[in-house]
Amino acid sequence: MPVDDPHPPYLHPAYGSTVLRAPSEPLLAPKLDPEAVELVDPVYGHQPVAELDHDLTRQHAGEPLGERIIVTGRVLDTGGRPVRGALVEAWQANAAGRYAHDLDQHPAPLDPNFSGAGRCLTDDDGRYRFVTIKPGAYPWRNHPNAWRPAHIHFSVFGTQFTQRLITQMYFPGDPLFPFDPIMQSVRDPEARAALVARFDIDTTVPEWALGYQWDIVIRGEA
Amino acid sequence: MALTVTPSQTIGPFFAHALPYAEGPYAVPAGHPGAIELRGTVYDGAGAPVPDALLEICLPGVFGRCATDAAGGYHFRTARPDSYIPLLVFARGLLKPLWTRVYLDDTDPFLATVREDRRGTLVAAAQDDGSYRFDVRFQGEGETVFLAV
Ligand SMILES: [Fe+2]
Repeated sequence: MPVDDPHPPYLHPAYGSTVLRAPSEPLLAPKLDPEAVELVDPVYGHQPVAELDHDLTRQHAGEPLGERIIVTGRVLDTGGRPVRGALVEAWQANAAGRYAHDLDQHPAPLDPNFSGAGRCLTDDDGRYRFVTIKPGAYPWRNHPNAWRPAHIHFSVFGTQFTQRLITQMYFPGDPLFPFDPIMQSVRDPEARAALVARFDIDTTVPEWALGYQWDIVIRGEA
Repeated sequence: MALTVTPSQTIGPFFAHALPYAEGPYAVPAGHPGAIELRGTVYDGAGAPVPDALLEICLPGVFGRCATDAAGGYHFRTARPDSYIPLLVFARGLLKPLWTRVYLDDTDPFLATVREDRRGTLVAAAQDDGSYRFDVRFQGEGETVFLAV
């Protein structure tokens, strides 16, 4: 049974940063006619996606440390139709749970061979594919002994600006799920489960990398 | 087949290195006819600047993306809109993005449907140098009108 609005609320006090950032007034709902500017196609494609942009393990002289993985799946709309040529961006911490970002203060080692960001375009089936390493869990200061489950951030464009989605993909069986207020901000259990990738032995490449499948569903075109 | 949309999750604090975009805030080239500069600051409910937001704008043939700086500031060079510029804001602490619109004057009929004391939050202020200023306030006094689109 599809859920009409599976998105988390703006205000979710267990995630402390929402308290001063959630709007307090109700949202206004403008009537969007077919000419509404929100429905135009975002022409993000000025910058070509390079051949190796999807492979986060080949951006430096050496290979990053960690468990090599393949993350692949399809970008679909709510009608089940593949979204072709969609730009998918992904970013993540390294295997030790540290981002290659100036402001990440977690005292875990940086990996000189890992920047943790990639991008690709979906193919005619709506399929994307990244090669990367499994990110580590990392602590944050939301509450005492707070840890984020291992996750990869995803950003997706459809063919209308209103289809824009930024979310996070998690790994199956992570014991941190019940303690993570960001994941738990999604109230519907089935919708929450849709954030978790599936380990797939057929995507797994012998002697080389574990495979995960994760489909992303964006709004249908208006 | 009806599928459920994948739920939104916060962009988090550590996206800036990961979402490069060649033209970034320069959604149109310098010298584009009628190009305008749009700048502003993003504030939270305590009036503190938000240094980890990502803003995106979209017009026909135009897309821009700008991360806020340490003082919460952003800027775009964009085409002059026929009616308004849709503005999408992501940030740490936003479990889903905020939609708003930047109008350059207060004549659009949609604005007449907005409560008068809040209408001005959707209208950019023309500056002496020809640029436009549009601040975003997440919450509280002067809270920007956000939209369900
Ligand atoms: Fe993260």
